[in-house]
Amino acid sequence: MKYLSRYRRHKAVAPLLLLFALFAIGTTFSVASATTTPSQSAFARSAAIDEGREIFLKGCSSCHGLNLEGSAIAPSLLGVGAASVDFQVGTGRMPVADLSAQIMRKTPVYNARETAALAEYVASLAPGPAIPTDASLNYERDGSTAEGGELFRTNCAMCHNFAAQGGALTQGKYAPTLMGVEPKYIYEALITGPQSMPVFSDKTLTPGEKLSIIKWVKAAEAEPALGGASLGRVGPVTEGLLIWTLGIGLLIGVAVWLAMKAR
Amino acid sequence: MTARERVAGTVANYVDERTGAAAWMKKNLNKVFPDHWSFLLGEIALYSFIILLLSGTFLTFWFDPSQREVIYDGDYQPLSGLKMSAAYASTLHISFEVRGGLLMRQIHHWAALLFMVAIVVHLLRVYFTGAFRKPREFNWIIGVGLLTLGIVEGFLGYSLPDDLLSGTGIRIAEAIIQALPVVGSYIAFFAFGGAFPGESFIPRIYTVHVLLLPGIFLALITVHLMLVWYQKHTQYPGPGRTEKNVVGYPLFPVYMAKAGGFFFIVFGVIAFLSAVASINPIWLYGPYTPGQISAGSQPDWYMGWLDGLVRMAPPLETHAFGHTISWNILIPGLILPGIMFTGLALYPFIEAWISGDKREHHILDRPRNVPNRTALGAMALTFTIVALLNGGNDIIATTFNLTINQMMWFSRIGILVLPPIAFVVTKRLCLSLQRADRDLVLHGRETGTLVRMPSGEFVEIHEPISAEKAWTLTQHEQPVPLELPATDARGLKRPGAIKNKLRNRMSRAHAVAVPKVSAQDLKEIEHH
Amino acid sequence: MSSELEVIKDPGVPAHVHRQADLDPRAEKKAERQVAILFALSALGTILFIYSYIWISEDLFIYFPILGTTNAKQLFLGLGLALSLFFIGAGAIHWAKTLMPDEEVIAMRHEMRSEDEDRRALVETAKAGAGAAALGRRSLIKRSLGLSLGLIGLSPLLLLRDLGPLPGKELEKTSWKTGTRLVTDPGDRPIKPSDLEVGAVAQVLPELAQGEERTLNNIGKDAVLLIRLRPEEFQLDAQRLAMTYQGIIAFSKICSHMGCAVALYEQQTKHLLCPCHQSTFDVPRAAKVIFGPAARPLPQLAISVDQEGFLVAQRPFSEPVGPSYWERNSQ
Repeated sequence: MKYLSRYRRHKAVAPLLLLFALFAIGTTFSVASATTTPSQSAFARSAAIDEGREIFLKGCSSCHGLNLEGSAIAPSLLGVGAASVDFQVGTGRMPVADLSAQIMRKTPVYNARETAALAEYVASLAPGPAIPTDASLNYERDGSTAEGGELFRTNCAMCHNFAAQGGALTQGKYAPTLMGVEPKYIYEALITGPQSMPVFSDKTLTPGEKLSIIKWVKAAEAEPALGGASLGRVGPVTEGLLIWTLGIGLLIGVAVWLAMKAR
Repeated sequence: MTARERVAGTVANYVDERTGAAAWMKKNLNKVFPDHWSFLLGEIALYSFIILLLSGTFLTFWFDPSQREVIYDGDYQPLSGLKMSAAYASTLHISFEVRGGLLMRQIHHWAALLFMVAIVVHLLRVYFTGAFRKPREFNWIIGVGLLTLGIVEGFLGYSLPDDLLSGTGIRIAEAIIQALPVVGSYIAFFAFGGAFPGESFIPRIYTVHVLLLPGIFLALITVHLMLVWYQKHTQYPGPGRTEKNVVGYPLFPVYMAKAGGFFFIVFGVIAFLSAVASINPIWLYGPYTPGQISAGSQPDWYMGWLDGLVRMAPPLETHAFGHTISWNILIPGLILPGIMFTGLALYPFIEAWISGDKREHHILDRPRNVPNRTALGAMALTFTIVALLNGGNDIIATTFNLTINQMMWFSRIGILVLPPIAFVVTKRLCLSLQRADRDLVLHGRETGTLVRMPSGEFVEIHEPISAEKAWTLTQHEQPVPLELPATDARGLKRPGAIKNKLRNRMSRAHAVAVPKVSAQDLKEIEHH
Repeated sequence: MSSELEVIKDPGVPAHVHRQADLDPRAEKKAERQVAILFALSALGTILFIYSYIWISEDLFIYFPILGTTNAKQLFLGLGLALSLFFIGAGAIHWAKTLMPDEEVIAMRHEMRSEDEDRRALVETAKAGAGAAALGRRSLIKRSLGLSLGLIGLSPLLLLRDLGPLPGKELEKTSWKTGTRLVTDPGDRPIKPSDLEVGAVAQVLPELAQGEERTLNNIGKDAVLLIRLRPEEFQLDAQRLAMTYQGIIAFSKICSHMGCAVALYEQQTKHLLCPCHQSTFDVPRAAKVIFGPAARPLPQLAISVDQEGFLVAQRPFSEPVGPSYWERNSQ
């Protein structure tokens, strides 16, 4: 005790106290919040499901409910399936950083193993779309680029734009660009309908058709800028901007030079 | 005589004996053209037109203006095996199998965009400098006609490839036609040869785009240029320049070299843009079908303001007696543009009526010296720019993290509120600049050099401006407001009294200006 | 105007200032060389153009910053052309600026108005000519001339009649009849309610009869969007509710504003957005317009299932689909 009071004005005291307080609050909170457990189920759980449950309770239950029933700010996760979790958590959309109109893709919080565990846990509570296997994602073999383009323009371009660059929805939401998105995530988005996106059922848009769409998107991504700088692939708006800045700007510059008296 | 002179003489003699051209050429080779960069803007439009003719002719050698269905078997793999119209397939063929085809397509389209930009910039120059005043009113009307026809020609041109984006534009055009009361569905069916989309529209607009409108353009541009030639070009105020002369350079050789050279510059810049910047990549849009649409569908920029007006229109329709009138289409799509273009075409006459000025004018106005006209122009520009921005509201929203709903409300309110604000601000700015000019004339240029007087006072040295500059700043005339009588000699109200009162009031507003330097003012400062 | 204000006098055209090339023969030679270099650059541009056209392969792609990976042939053809044109112009302009005479010349203007005697002569000629024709006096000629010219004007108008058929009832009809199956677009597969999950959409067209071809004209009126909600999410009256089937609702995909395809469905808000002019439709309330310039909701197609369990139309649309027109009874 005397030791503590003798060094009470040491310059290391403040940071040490802060560390101690954070540690204390942190452990108290995690202990306190981990008290209630959901109802026990009869069948055996794998270690993954257990880990998934742990992660879920720590990182997801505050919004999605302890029993995945949802809340005022988050939908129920019963029946969303492993594919949904793999998409949302794998792309970093979940957990949400800031609840604005649009849930943004960002650096994932959980690694691949944790994401898989979460997915297994959620899928174990109610059946839903499964994560597509690599064999079922062989779009090079099983898809058709041209057919994919037609399907994309009919089903996807109205939100994501003709070249998959993304587009505006209402009230500040938007359909993101598909450039650089992994084929697995595109497939999962199609079958789970994340956020504003509708679901594309396998009977109305067959798995083969989905693979064709992915093949076309990848082809569009790889397509070089055939006529020169692509100006964003959003159409006449950027073209008009360029002609009003570079186009007439260059020509007025030359006109001024033309009419100037030579030295 | 040298050999060259002998040959030239023989040729000249041959031609002159058959046409009498020598007299005409003698007069015109020495014609004087004033030199200012802002006089080259119309030339950019003219040269773009020539480039459009050249590149367009090239394209017609491969383009098939038919909506007949074909299966694509060309080089572009992502469309392989798909059904499309022959028009679309032939455009793909030009882009990917004709060497230089994509380059020529891009030259044609960039030239079209530049043509419209140049017309607008040229129109703004002519408007703000008052070059439309007598005797150039006819030329102004022809110019407005060229602007309107240019918008139509461009729309028809980019619709020819029958791709998803331009096909959507045609769908919207058909809806405007269909919305016309009484005759709408008839005209639409006649234009399209039946229901939309039909198979007749592309071949028909091909004829209009390639034959009818270019013919009308050639005629109008010829008259436009002849009038400039015959009436002689206007010139800015300056030393030695009067209403009765033209000061500049002769056509041959100086003007020919500069103007001819400028043609190559314009062509070169368009070719440069076509090399480095992609435009109208129809292979990415896909062939047109009414069941598809892309996010971010816009027309080319010169129609963007129309699209913006349609987007912000309130959802007004009248449903009465088994009929429908779509005000939400007619007002932004036809009535408002009709009023705008008519007002634009009649403006020289409106301004002449307000000012009562019936004289010829060949010296241009500096915009600050006509605050009312300049402010009105700023107001019209603001209106058009708000509409134009709203045309791209979805792309602007995603780029700048706004919502399309915010953009819509900003546009609906802004288009009513911002133009009057622009008017007031511009008018005040002009009067402010007039005051600055007046100060320059009276007190000279502020040099920034301070001198301490023996009395201890600090003064800044002012350097008197040159006589040439003083003349340029004071050459303009100040409009005198009309004072038309409301009553006749016997004190009775004459017919047209209300019109006269309105005219008086408008001409008073038109005549608001900072008074020019007077002899009295000069005398006063002498005592400084 | 007000001559007492004209106190600043016109000093006349300023004295000519000579350019370097006018005074110094070395500067003149330098300017000549510069012009020649510009023309030479143009020639190099043409050589680049010819080389690109003949020898650069169409399949070669190269990377440039800002441009990205672009087609080499197209890029160098364009750059070659641009250089060849630009430098001819630059050379000509530089030549004019530095070497051609740049002394300002003054020419006089003439008033546009013709001389009075010319005007008088014109009036005489016009009067004489008109008097000779004597149209004013010969009213029989005048009237019959008016009749013949007026009638001739009608002939070309009549020739335009076959531009297209009269609209008739064409705008009111679609291919949807009682019992027409809904099939996927593309693919033409019939759909069972169980094929759609809650939150799903499907692009749909009417099933074709045997041997029938589907044209773009058909698609332009028949395209339909199927959306599945939970039945309790609808806010419809009994009549509209009867047009749905187990939470599945069908709307015409052709926008009631100006005819674009409305297929952008926001699953969470249950709104349909048309990307053309941003009209927004609320699906639970039968596509009622909640934002934007559209004045009418999207027509709803009444659906049900047939004996094999596939979705079919109960009856044709009860109103014309697509944009409004004068004869449309929109009440």
